[in-house]
Amino acid sequence: MRRIGYFILYVCLGVVALFQILPLIWLFIFSLKSNKEIFAGSPFALPSEFRWENYLKVWEGGIGTYFFNSVWITGLAIVLTVLFASMAAFALTRMKWKLSGFVLGLFMVGLMIPIHSALIPLFSMFLSVNLIDNPFSIVITYTSYNLPITMMILLGFYYTLPREIEEAAIIDGASIHRLFFRIILPMTTPVMSTTVVINMIYNWNEFVFVNTFISSERYKTLTVGIQNFIGQYMTDWGAIGATLIISVLPIIIAFIFFSNKVVEGISASAVKG
Amino acid sequence: MNKVMSNKLHIALYTLPAFLLITVLIFIPLVLTGYYGLMDWDGIGAMKFIGLENYINGIKDLKFWSSAYHSFLLAIFSTLSLALYLLVSLILASKIKGSDLLRKIYLIPMLLSSVAIAQLWIKVYNPSNGMLNEILVKIGIANPPAWLAEPSIVLFAIFIPILWQYAGFYILIYYAALKNIPESMIEAAKIDGASAFQIALKIKLPLIKEVVSVTVILAIVGSLKYFDLIYVMTGGGPNGASEVMASYMYKLAFASYDFGYGSAIGFLLLIITIIVTVIVRKLSTSKDPIEY
Repeated sequence: MRRIGYFILYVCLGVVALFQILPLIWLFIFSLKSNKEIFAGSPFALPSEFRWENYLKVWEGGIGTYFFNSVWITGLAIVLTVLFASMAAFALTRMKWKLSGFVLGLFMVGLMIPIHSALIPLFSMFLSVNLIDNPFSIVITYTSYNLPITMMILLGFYYTLPREIEEAAIIDGASIHRLFFRIILPMTTPVMSTTVVINMIYNWNEFVFVNTFISSERYKTLTVGIQNFIGQYMTDWGAIGATLIISVLPIIIAFIFFSNKVVEGISASAVKG
Repeated sequence: MNKVMSNKLHIALYTLPAFLLITVLIFIPLVLTGYYGLMDWDGIGAMKFIGLENYINGIKDLKFWSSAYHSFLLAIFSTLSLALYLLVSLILASKIKGSDLLRKIYLIPMLLSSVAIAQLWIKVYNPSNGMLNEILVKIGIANPPAWLAEPSIVLFAIFIPILWQYAGFYILIYYAALKNIPESMIEAAKIDGASAFQIALKIKLPLIKEVVSVTVILAIVGSLKYFDLIYVMTGGGPNGASEVMASYMYKLAFASYDFGYGSAIGFLLLIITIIVTVIVRKLSTSKDPIEY
């Protein structure tokens, strides 16, 4: 009886797992097929030969530029976000000043903002300082909009750091910068890596800012770039599949290697929504 | 010690980069949205002050209300789907082997961009050789609909990828909350003769009530802000049947160049989001916090 019960539970969980993974498996299979196989054959049949040339075709077709843009924009924004958030978290939790509660509250209000409500003024602000169609606008926007959530993840860790470390360092004559960059920052590595992974997922997948602020092909990131790209290959499903797989692969790989950090970060960022 | 840790210059140095970025790129734009809403403006030419006209037009605009209605429908769907996620988490947390791996599999769609998800599901829904209709035909349904082209179905068709995308996220949250319940409470109930069903309903659910109410807020507020997936999958069509508040605002500003009116709609979106958040939070916050 108990066995049958567990069997049913496993079947339920298995069905959910299948629902979650099946569309992606189907995508991967058709990315390796020719159009003829896709349109005539069974949807779940394996390709008769694995057509990796679909991948080569879209890569040579120009997706490389988008990929490279995604990499450096994502990377630079992560560095700035985590650095600025760490500095602010340090000042807010470890230093003594009257307005710290107020400033902290302000940062946390930033968590609730619907970005679409700020989009038009951001566009006109960037237009007036000549930052439209300039990837720098994307980097600073990503940095700002990820600061609240990054700080929120960092704060809990900063609160728990023992005071004795600061006291010892300062008695030994360390400056505040030395204390922060040489002692505190290295101590926060575990929580910093969680924020790095979370920022990577957000930045890599971001769509609306790039779609609004960037118009030149050479500055577009993957999420926006694949839109036009797929337009070109309207009926070539193999090419479309390859494009999509290339665009999601870095995140999947990061997840395989850092799944615990991802899980931690996603749970912590539950408030962002 | 205190002298070093309360040096004003250093505090400013460490706080200002984050403070300035958040103020300039988040808070000032929000204020400006409200201000632009008072203008007749195409985004490039001169602004003309027209008072509350845009806001009044917005309140009278049937297209806006139909997009708001679609947003609210998505919010209701998303809230209802939480029950499904909760059920899966209850099963997952009942000492099932391999739950760690399963949770990670469930989470994968959450990691992908909405654009990739939209493109994938456009293919899944493709009437001629999409995965869904191929399966439906195989199990004997001869004429499955063109999912994204039917005004009466499109919103449900869009909701499935949303359900798919966020399943892992909510299951993860519920699972963590359920695992936090002390084993001794469950054991005590078992000794008293409670069934698994009774334990879930009478003990586990009340204990994670707070977490459930947080997820309700997330699901509702997230739905009101929903944009990327719909914009890519249907562009709000067919004939406005899947238009939501954010996509309507986006079209007004960046397709019709009506920045003044778009801003007014953007500001209404902000206000509606804040009001709904406050209401849901009031309704769902329990007066007596749970302590184990």
